[in-house]
Amino acid sequence: MNYLYFLYIEFLQRHNIPKLFGDITYYFIPFCIIAIALLVVVLGLVLAERKLLGFFTQRKGPNRVGWWGLLQTLADAFKLLCKENITPDKADRFLFNLAPVLVFVPIIAALGIIPYSAEFTFVNTSTNVILYLILAAFPVLSVFLAGWASNNKYSLFGAARSIAQVLSYELPITFVILSVVVLASSMNLTGITLAQTSKWWFSGWFIFPGILGFIILFICILAELNRCPFDLPEAESELVCGYNTEYSGMRFAIFYLSEYAMLFANAMFISILFLGGYLSPFGKYLFGSSFLIYFEQAFWLLLKASVIVFIIIWIRATLPRLASFDLIKFSWVYLLPLSILNLFVAVIIKFAGAGG
Amino acid sequence: MTTTTTTLKLNLGPQHPSTHGVLRLLLELDGEKILSCEPDIGYLHRGMEKMAEKMSYIQYLPTVDRIDYLAGFFYSELLCRIVEKALEVEIPQKVRAIRVMLLELNRISSHLLWIGMFLMDLGATSPFFYTFREREMILRYFEKISGQRMMYNYFVFGGVRRDIDYLEDVDEILSILPSKLKDYENLIEKNPIFIRRVVNKGILEKETALNYSITGVNLRSSGADFDTRFQDSLYSGFDIGKVILKEKNSMARYRARILEIKESMKIVRQALDYLKKAPALEQKLINPVNMKLPEGDYFADIEAPRGIASCFVRSYGEKEPYRLKWRTGSYYSVNLLRKLLVGEYLNDAIAIAGSLDIILPEVDK
Repeated sequence: MNYLYFLYIEFLQRHNIPKLFGDITYYFIPFCIIAIALLVVVLGLVLAERKLLGFFTQRKGPNRVGWWGLLQTLADAFKLLCKENITPDKADRFLFNLAPVLVFVPIIAALGIIPYSAEFTFVNTSTNVILYLILAAFPVLSVFLAGWASNNKYSLFGAARSIAQVLSYELPITFVILSVVVLASSMNLTGITLAQTSKWWFSGWFIFPGILGFIILFICILAELNRCPFDLPEAESELVCGYNTEYSGMRFAIFYLSEYAMLFANAMFISILFLGGYLSPFGKYLFGSSFLIYFEQAFWLLLKASVIVFIIIWIRATLPRLASFDLIKFSWVYLLPLSILNLFVAVIIKFAGAGG
Repeated sequence: MTTTTTTLKLNLGPQHPSTHGVLRLLLELDGEKILSCEPDIGYLHRGMEKMAEKMSYIQYLPTVDRIDYLAGFFYSELLCRIVEKALEVEIPQKVRAIRVMLLELNRISSHLLWIGMFLMDLGATSPFFYTFREREMILRYFEKISGQRMMYNYFVFGGVRRDIDYLEDVDEILSILPSKLKDYENLIEKNPIFIRRVVNKGILEKETALNYSITGVNLRSSGADFDTRFQDSLYSGFDIGKVILKEKNSMARYRARILEIKESMKIVRQALDYLKKAPALEQKLINPVNMKLPEGDYFADIEAPRGIASCFVRSYGEKEPYRLKWRTGSYYSVNLLRKLLVGEYLNDAIAIAGSLDIILPEVDK
């Protein structure tokens, strides 16, 4: 158990509330905090993406609602809330309504196991890398449910494409993560972060021994997120809107929200694995030993994640969509062998380092 | 347990983001593989031909721009040409230069739009905005001279509505465009994903193209040397470059359009140089009031951006034509989808259909 947990229990005991109550409720609190923080982050992300795409294409982006368009996404979200929820006539009602709920749960759970700073992890298990891997692959289930239950041909195509995509890209991701686990000798995200500490600035980050792994993971994450150039499941010019064609109102908003939440969660995940997580790139923290250090650490993690998100948006502005067969082939023919090679390299580096 | 497999019928359109208007494709799919394709047109039919039979020629003239809203000048040029031919009126040299310049600028704007739309079909959104930015310069110029961005109504029987002006704008367009084309080259043509999506996709053999009456860029990028501008009296005296590619695929169609923009720029340059030195316009317009075409059949054709456009008029010496018929390039490209899309996968099919440059108002008329 960690620092936050003890703080919480101490707080309860001071008010004469039994420890058992704290044990049970402790795990609900982070979800509420995350859910609220998530909304803010996603609203910011959506605006950032629209603004950046605007700048890339020589437009101004949203600039009417609020100063510099800051309230635009809020207005959009409000509009979606007000809209009617339409369920198609021949849709499977239960699954159709279940899909947006299911897509949201694993994402909040995934955000709960990320170490934001040294003492700020809601759920800290010894193998939370594996847990994250499972949670990150989970949304595809709801994508498939959405596509299947909609009873729409375009949705079905989108869902089928999504399944094929995740199946082929999950394997390289696993191998890359294994290589990081080998380098760090830890399956815990905090452990991986701490393994990247070094004396000289950012020389300990795993991106240096694992640059190949970083690139592979980055590409795979793009595919997992259905982001351009791997946006086949929701290819607008082909499948109208893919798996969420039939969704409207709040249900659509939830899909939209979860997409961006997943984007940010995965960006943080890459930062933890390869860019030193919450470690400062200067080797030592600006706020020495005061408690502000936790905020500084969180700031570094969010900054690194934002850089990753920026690159992902940049890619979206530049590249066309892959052909469907190239997509599968690219993973099995190039990424999978390369990720296995990367694992070997990691093992050799680890043992050479240990021997020497 | 036995399983039976059936094919999937998919209605692509008429409301679909990448059907460039309202085209409906009835696809029969096996997985994502297309077994057959049946184009269904007519959702944008405005009765352009029947309408002509009840209108005098000058009443009909403003409407013909709407046949192809991306290349309006070509269709008003055709109708003007029919009337001028029938009444045996020779247009002055300066009018010729004006018309050639505007037609070629219009061709450039149409091709620019196509580049953006094609990349949009392939899933890249940015080039769409870049090409629209360049197209905007041309449309602004058109607006300055004719008062309209797309429906110009600038060519009239025997000449043009008023003298050409703002030539420095054309100078600016011609100086900016080459660097922008270079940008497209860097952004699009060198992109490996783009190359994978267009090379070896949508092979159109020369014989097939000829059998399906394909004309224009699509035919020329299949290796056929067929460009009516070389026989066109309007273009006589202008030095026109030939754009003929032999690759037959979507990439060739893309390259051909880029090259054609470059060639068109050269023609615009020639016309512009002439117009700068030319004296003020002196033209004798045909009086359109109560104008009657002598009895007979008249025909005119021109190399429009989407293939040969032609107009046929049968007149019985009345104020209105007895019958007026348009031939437009896209109509035949739509028919070609029936053959070209079979055996392709859905996401390649969108790219191939996009590469043919189909504009639905032109198909449905």
